[in-house]
Amino acid sequence: MMGKRTIIPFGPQHPALPEPIHLDLELEDEKVIRAIPSIGYVHRGLEKLVEHNDYQLMCFVMERVCGICSFGHSWGYAAAVEGLMDIKVPERAEHLRTIFHELSRIHSHLLWLGLLADAMGFESLFMNCWRLREAILDIFEKSTGGRVILSFTRIGGQFKDISKESLAEIVAILENMRKELSVITNVFLEDASVKNRMCGVGKLSKEDIMKLGATGPTARGSGVNNDVRCLDLGKYKELGFKPILETDGDCYARCKVRVREVFQSIDLIIKDIENIPEGPVNIPVKGMPPVGEFIVRIEQPRGEAFYYVKGNGTKYLDRARVRTPTNANIPILVKVLQGCDLNDVTMMVMTIDPCISCTER
Amino acid sequence: MTESQKAQEITETSYSDLPAKAKELADNGYRVVQICATSKDGKTEILYSFDKDFQMINYKVYVPDDMTVPSISGSFWPAFIFENEMHDLFGIEFTDLVLDYKGNFFKLSSKTPWKTEVKKGVE
Repeated sequence: MMGKRTIIPFGPQHPALPEPIHLDLELEDEKVIRAIPSIGYVHRGLEKLVEHNDYQLMCFVMERVCGICSFGHSWGYAAAVEGLMDIKVPERAEHLRTIFHELSRIHSHLLWLGLLADAMGFESLFMNCWRLREAILDIFEKSTGGRVILSFTRIGGQFKDISKESLAEIVAILENMRKELSVITNVFLEDASVKNRMCGVGKLSKEDIMKLGATGPTARGSGVNNDVRCLDLGKYKELGFKPILETDGDCYARCKVRVREVFQSIDLIIKDIENIPEGPVNIPVKGMPPVGEFIVRIEQPRGEAFYYVKGNGTKYLDRARVRTPTNANIPILVKVLQGCDLNDVTMMVMTIDPCISCTER
Repeated sequence: MTESQKAQEITETSYSDLPAKAKELADNGYRVVQICATSKDGKTEILYSFDKDFQMINYKVYVPDDMTVPSISGSFWPAFIFENEMHDLFGIEFTDLVLDYKGNFFKLSSKTPWKTEVKKGVE
């Protein structure tokens, strides 16, 4: 016998959602039959501003696509314009970009772990994750002056250099953090009640991921490697980067990927700091972007982001496109919610981790 | 040639040929990375990007004057996100869209804000 059909609006304001996405959940008793997303509650049209703002200033606008992965957005846009203008960024700047991008990943993953703990009712765990994240924000503040929007990247390199002493201090902070992280992340990976909420929940097969084009830890939790850090942007190849993959495809696997990536990012940063060369961190940029197009992909904490710029020979670009990771992960969210229990919706949404600020660029 | 250099190759194609090309790519295990429109001086173009094993393929099509384009969401289901976005922002109509929000995907204060007027007969 068919159960009672109900439609529950989930979001745009909901305790489990830090940002406004709306899902219409069509239920049969407690089972979700269909989930229909809608976005656009805070759409800002940042891409359009490129037609009226100098291409160099747009670097600071692009940074505001997201308050969590802001550094990556400025890097992605800058790299696309640099590619268009055939600018070779100094080696030291490339190293600094890699270091700051991985610091952003740590702070994004710690923020996510905290929110996950909060969604499960583990408030002390939530506060401990965010306490550790503060150390990364302090590094940002001390080295660039900003905690969220760093304004550290510009076309042609970095705004300023980071001293040898500051880099040594970053290493010391991260070494300390590693010890505390082991204790905290052990709760996520070993605690029975956490496992009960996540193991076997929201399973996504490798085929689902491939078919629906999911990216980031969501894809890697199902054993699919589409981590674009394997490509040639940044210093990842020199650092011997290997993507972290899990194969179970459930909420626990996605959590495990993020936990392991925090430790991996610490290792990458320390190795990069050991190998960073001396030298300039930027070069003067003269002239206008030529007529042409350029594409760059960058691995943000939530997955692959795509940047496309189209120049017309003036200081205003015809187009700057940012396809953020969440754009690619919405279809998989729709898919994973079909057939799940209403109780598990929060965990599934959390582990796919949609960032609506990015999506509403 | 590096992966980054290869990613810059953009092939122009006809919008009517695109569904067949998309089907071929889908059958060969590609995923849709993104689709975006650019509109300037009354002309609109769409860039389609696909990926398999970090190898990107890009197609560009020019949108006809009536702004109606066949959807590729039959081959790549996630394309509905990008096609609904282009519909809401640029006013491009897609035929055979598998999940059509009919202009309600984005909640915008004005309808098709990024649409520029299409000048008939402009090449």
